[in-house]
Amino acid sequence: MTEKFWNKEIETAPRDQIEKLQVQGLKKVIQWALDTPFYGKKLKKSEINSPDDFNCIADLTKLPFTTKDDLRNNFPRGLLAVDMSEVVRIHSSSGTTGIPTVIYFTQDDVNRWSDIVARSIIATGARKGDIFQNMMTYGLFTGGLGLHYGAEKVGMTVIPVSSGNTKRQVQIMKDFQSTVVHATPSYLMHLHSVIEQSGPGLAGLALRKTFVGAEPHSENTRLKIEEMFGIDAYNSYGLSELNGPGVAFECEFKDSMHVWEDAYIVEIIDPATGQQLPAGEEGEVVLTNLIRQATPLIRYRTRDLAYLTNEPCRCGRTHQRLSRITGRTDDMLIINGVNVFPSQIEEIIMQIPEVGTNWQICLDKDGALDKLTVNVEIYSKMFSGDASQIEKLRSRIKEELRASIVINPIVRLHEPGFLPVSEGKAKRVIDNRPKI
Amino acid sequence: MRLKQISVFLENKKGRLQDVCSLLGSNGINMRALTIAETESFGVLRMVVDKSDQAIDLLRKNDFAANVTDVVAVEVEDKPGGLAGILKIISDNDVNIEYMYGFVEKFSDKALLVFRFEDTDHAQRILNENGVSIVAEKDIQGL
Repeated sequence: MTEKFWNKEIETAPRDQIEKLQVQGLKKVIQWALDTPFYGKKLKKSEINSPDDFNCIADLTKLPFTTKDDLRNNFPRGLLAVDMSEVVRIHSSSGTTGIPTVIYFTQDDVNRWSDIVARSIIATGARKGDIFQNMMTYGLFTGGLGLHYGAEKVGMTVIPVSSGNTKRQVQIMKDFQSTVVHATPSYLMHLHSVIEQSGPGLAGLALRKTFVGAEPHSENTRLKIEEMFGIDAYNSYGLSELNGPGVAFECEFKDSMHVWEDAYIVEIIDPATGQQLPAGEEGEVVLTNLIRQATPLIRYRTRDLAYLTNEPCRCGRTHQRLSRITGRTDDMLIINGVNVFPSQIEEIIMQIPEVGTNWQICLDKDGALDKLTVNVEIYSKMFSGDASQIEKLRSRIKEELRASIVINPIVRLHEPGFLPVSEGKAKRVIDNRPKI
Repeated sequence: MRLKQISVFLENKKGRLQDVCSLLGSNGINMRALTIAETESFGVLRMVVDKSDQAIDLLRKNDFAANVTDVVAVEVEDKPGGLAGILKIISDNDVNIEYMYGFVEKFSDKALLVFRFEDTDHAQRILNENGVSIVAEKDIQGL
């Protein structure tokens, strides 16, 4: 008989018990935060000098929000709360404006995160005995390693294959009889088309479940993946600032994602006023990380839009559920699971002297995968008269974009004045992908 | 004597070549030779015109990405082997051609060949020494 819960007591705790855990957690986080240069100043400015001022969950609103800019502006050590020698892991993301963000972990932080991921995995019905093929990128991105450690903790057999090389993925699925995979929804669709093309189709595969994440997708996409492979697909939510995957995960009933509230305090706010919104109302997701000492994060504005439901779930878990992410409050694009800001693209192409002032990016679907086309006007004065100069320019832009945003774009060069100029704010992004 | 060739960057879009031609035409500029270097997504129009300074000003004023490149134009007899004779001189003297294109004059028995050489000065010297007739700017204007 297999266990349905990883930590039944906490997962099914009554609300008042969860809130008690949250208040305890918050006191700890404030203590850790006061040890960082950034929060040391920021909290004192809000006249918060000690964790003792926090005695109920409503006190949370006394705390100021933290933004991505705060992380950038305090790179690299402004939010570090422990001695560097205590840090066992660094995850970092390339910044939108060239300034990256960084998250540090102590050994205890990694252990607590892995425990939450293990809980997420068990909630889906996956368990020890499953062969887990992790198709998320390993490295500074948290998607790969986050699930890796959680799966090992559960006792699954982990195949750390990382992303890409689809034919090899299929071979490994067959060779080791993988039962659970972790990937972006678009990659799974792509994987399916490769399997279809390469002979015996799904025969010889042992797949039964998949965890999907890192990019927004619709319920229809989930259903399609489930039908194509004949498996169950579970949605997940996480972001590197909040450790990575495992902030919220769907249980066996696949009806919105349980936010592990003893580890993360979730709020939904009105992005314009900062006021908390009740369950059922859509707004910006704000998260406080209660389980990471090395880089404490309080009331972090994720820019993701979603809503909460606190209806009891059939699984018996009492932790609130988060809807699918319905959008963003900023212009961040998610291209094949990679987060890209238009400003990153602008930054790269504008430093090339042969490029004019107007540019535009188009997003389309190429089969299951996203296709990025970057349209650039050339700067007339820099045109030497050589066709080879133009060809070289095109490869250079392509290469620099590929190196920086890790996506292989199609680059098209245009004559000056040929891209549409809109009045007022230029429309730089044309997203032709079907709406989710 | 070298000529000024005008290059214009054109994206592959309907009517774009015509835009250039009608702009030059309506300003009394006559094209003497032209070719298009093309790739999948764009082309570079190269041409020799009778009033190159005026043409480049005009194109730039109309927002074309255009520039001037030095080329050498020579006249050859419009008969079999005419081009081969010139190319032999060129290759015997280790002169590198980046590209070339030809044009037949309707009022004479000569063909006009436009060369872009790696080293224009060197190429001109070689051609002169071998008695090849090089077309001068004023010849183009009168053609």
